[in-house]
Amino acid sequence: MMKIPVLSLIIFLPAIGAAILPFLRSDNKVRWVALAFAVADFLLATWLLFNFDTTTYAMQFRETVSWVPSLGISYALGVDGISVLFVFLTALLGWICVLASWRAITRRVAQFMISLLVMQALMLGVFCALDLFLFYFFWEAMLIPMYLIIGVWGGDNRVYAAFKFFLYTLVGSVLFLVGILVLYFHGGETFDILVLMDGDYSFIVQAWVFLAFLVAFAVKVPMVPVHTWLPDAHVEAPTAGSIVLAGVLLKMGAYGFLRFSLPMLPEASQYFALPVLALSVIAIVYGGFLALAQDDLKKLVAYSSVSHMGFVTLGLFALNSRGLEGSILQMFNHGITTGALFLFVGLIYERTHTRRIGDYGGLMKVAPVYGVLLAVFTLSSLAVPGTNAFIGELLILTGAFATNMMIGAIAVTGAVLSAAYLLGMFRKVALGPPVYEKGEAMWDMNGRELVAAIPLAVFVFWVGFYPQPFLDVMHVSVEHLLEQVQGTYR
Amino acid sequence: MEVAASTEIVESARPLLAVAVALAAAAAILLLHGRDKFRDAVTLCASVVMFLIVASMAPMVLAGGIVEYTMFQILPGADFAFRVDSLGMVFASISSFLWMAAAVYSIGYMRSLEEHAQTRFFACFAVSLAAAVGGAFAANLFTLVIFYEALSLVTYPLVYHHENEESWRGSRIYLVYLAGASKTALLAALALTYYLTGSLDFMPGGLLDGVAASPLLLSVVYLCYLAGFAKAAIMPLHAWLPSAMVAPTPVSALLHAVAVVKMGVFCVLRVIFNVFGVRLMEDMSLGIITAYLVSFTIITASIYALTRDDLKARLAYSTVSQLSYIILGAALLTPGAIVGGIVHIAAHALSKITLFFCAGSIYCASRRKKISQLAGIGRKLPWTMVAFFIGSLGMIGIPPSGGFISKWYLVLGAVEAHEFVFLVVLLVSTILNAAYFLPVTYTAFFEKESTTQDADAPQEIREIPLVAAPLVVTALLSLLMGLYPGYFLTLARGVVG
Repeated sequence: MMKIPVLSLIIFLPAIGAAILPFLRSDNKVRWVALAFAVADFLLATWLLFNFDTTTYAMQFRETVSWVPSLGISYALGVDGISVLFVFLTALLGWICVLASWRAITRRVAQFMISLLVMQALMLGVFCALDLFLFYFFWEAMLIPMYLIIGVWGGDNRVYAAFKFFLYTLVGSVLFLVGILVLYFHGGETFDILVLMDGDYSFIVQAWVFLAFLVAFAVKVPMVPVHTWLPDAHVEAPTAGSIVLAGVLLKMGAYGFLRFSLPMLPEASQYFALPVLALSVIAIVYGGFLALAQDDLKKLVAYSSVSHMGFVTLGLFALNSRGLEGSILQMFNHGITTGALFLFVGLIYERTHTRRIGDYGGLMKVAPVYGVLLAVFTLSSLAVPGTNAFIGELLILTGAFATNMMIGAIAVTGAVLSAAYLLGMFRKVALGPPVYEKGEAMWDMNGRELVAAIPLAVFVFWVGFYPQPFLDVMHVSVEHLLEQVQGTYR
Repeated sequence: MEVAASTEIVESARPLLAVAVALAAAAAILLLHGRDKFRDAVTLCASVVMFLIVASMAPMVLAGGIVEYTMFQILPGADFAFRVDSLGMVFASISSFLWMAAAVYSIGYMRSLEEHAQTRFFACFAVSLAAAVGGAFAANLFTLVIFYEALSLVTYPLVYHHENEESWRGSRIYLVYLAGASKTALLAALALTYYLTGSLDFMPGGLLDGVAASPLLLSVVYLCYLAGFAKAAIMPLHAWLPSAMVAPTPVSALLHAVAVVKMGVFCVLRVIFNVFGVRLMEDMSLGIITAYLVSFTIITASIYALTRDDLKARLAYSTVSQLSYIILGAALLTPGAIVGGIVHIAAHALSKITLFFCAGSIYCASRRKKISQLAGIGRKLPWTMVAFFIGSLGMIGIPPSGGFISKWYLVLGAVEAHEFVFLVVLLVSTILNAAYFLPVTYTAFFEKESTTQDADAPQEIREIPLVAAPLVVTALLSLLMGLYPGYFLTLARGVVG
């Protein structure tokens, strides 16, 4: 096995970059150095994915250093087939965020890039941590750079949005901490996640911890009715903030379900599956209607996230392999597609300083490259066959139908809303008579923007046509997770 | 429906090649923006090459063979793969053949009207054909649905081509119906099928045959497929087709009389034959339910057509009605009816494309759209109006047109099935067809010309060669098909087995 601590390197590389940035004089240097570290991190994550052994569910690239032995706390890292995908996604979106902020951020550039890189380091930490204490540390620390990104570089209403974001997540976090402590005391006074997974908790303990975790994770996902912080945060956040928020932060909640609720609390997970499924379809339908009513591009994409994440939790709590695999794949897809959509909203906002759908029209004529790529991501978001999200939705619905026909039927009916709001949005923005003339306020995408957008478009079609490599990575881990969930019934 | 014991399977990339030719043509058309002659030459060449590739597979398929080409696995039980069998060959050969006629016609049409955005038009047109032929050759539901969906999307710019108030409205209805239906019903049907069988492959006897599932669930799946493939325009999911008539006439002719609508019907036939299978359809009486459903469409759409004065609208409702003939044939599930339905794919295509070509020719020559304005025009556009008459014969089913052959087999099939209700349906609809088509010819030839003149109309009304030539060819072919129906009959019998 490799002796180089790859995971630590992946986590700390952006942090090292962040430490160097304050010493750089010009804003341009700051941008290039930040980009260099983000790209290096992405290359490392790609190496990790290629060297990942897909035949075992065991944690790989493990690192364990004792930290506070008396309390059973250690610095333990490792990835399995589920988390390795999220490490890759986070590293991929990392450098795209740097590129997206290249011209958009002109004030306090160094501080912004530092926040961005620290944010990335902490998010990677969350996905790699195998110690619950360490996990909680990363999980909580993440709030600070995100709070700053929204609160300092955000729009007019940024302080309100940042505060709302902070409060919502904090309430969840407090309950999360309580749950962690209960597990700690019932699981043999250790924070080792793998040991805690093998713990045998009574049903009543499981149920209470599950509910505490549910609140914490539901805020992050976000599930209806605790989703209201999301549109505010998105609208105020700068483009890079929105990409991180939609691409990675929203996955944290679902990842929490995967890593803690399902394997540690299997009986409670099964007991509460139906209510969670119900909340999921409510999110799909309600989020869809909200998106339909929006005239602000960012709000529309934000509410579509609520709806799409409803599919993710639907797949998770279908509690079968199709649903779970579809759900994990859909999280990856959502990161790619919604990240790209926020990027694209940011691109035209930079040019025109408006986000009202009604202010646009005919972009296809003025900026054809932009128009075509926007079409690709719009179609991906509405899950057209041949794009990534279609595979995800198909698998999730297959899983949902296997578990509960009614839930599946409602979900699929709600899905039609996405066709309505996304196609409507595209028609108003990209087709019809042009509102902006070429050159004046509007020009087509430049090289930097294309470099950020094209990799995302590649993943749209790669996963859409050939999802096997992605499913192979997670397959064994998902099967193991299912055994853990169903083990109590055997 | 059983595959003959001697079925020969040939591994060949030709199906992929046929699709690739049209896609490459689209790319070339975009690159040649601004150089009109080269661009139009690409369209013509691509249509010929594509037809030759499709035709090169015909002898094998006629002999009962199958051409297969598997590219890669998308999901377990669903490859990205092509499989050319008799049913696919009917659809692919008629679409690719008529693309040649439509290519000549659309060049003449677009030039004589000096239309804008011709590059976009021809590029989208080429991709549409790629999608239609790809769908015809798809080996499983997944591949089929990818092409089906691509066809909806790429025809959207063709429908909003004029970019005026009317075309935005029409194209919105178009996309809302097609995308909405596939996003709900089709997605549900696919997910349920995948859940029940773990596969999305077409099976000779039906994928769902023998699956342990409640009849209620299977019926729901079936209805989801019928609703999801809204391109088949079964009522009440037909409204998108008349809306699509805002498109330029070549689009209405090749796409909304042949490629797009036949894609919908083709998908429904695939579901009946290769997803459910004849036995399951019979056991669950799904066939007879479908037959009643489409009979309603046949009659109602004909009555709608009767009331339309706009020529293209009348043709559109006639298409809605005629598409249901095809499904009626399949749904009756007897060998004769199935042959009739499948042959009608070709017969309707040849006649209806002629009729639309005529409507476009009339518009190019005189800017007239309404039937009531056509009085006396037959003397000025003799080729066009005679072709229109021949096309009408096919729609009514009068020998020697191809429509007679298909209707003959449909009647035979209804008798075989001992379902005499459908005999009445066929009879009534024939009378209705005559009632809404023959007056057009009568008006054109025997009514006195009105003196009013449109402001933007050309000074002199006369035939435009590039527009008139293709329609004469398709009109003659629709007659020829009635005299020599062997090719399509053999393929249709190949589907029956």
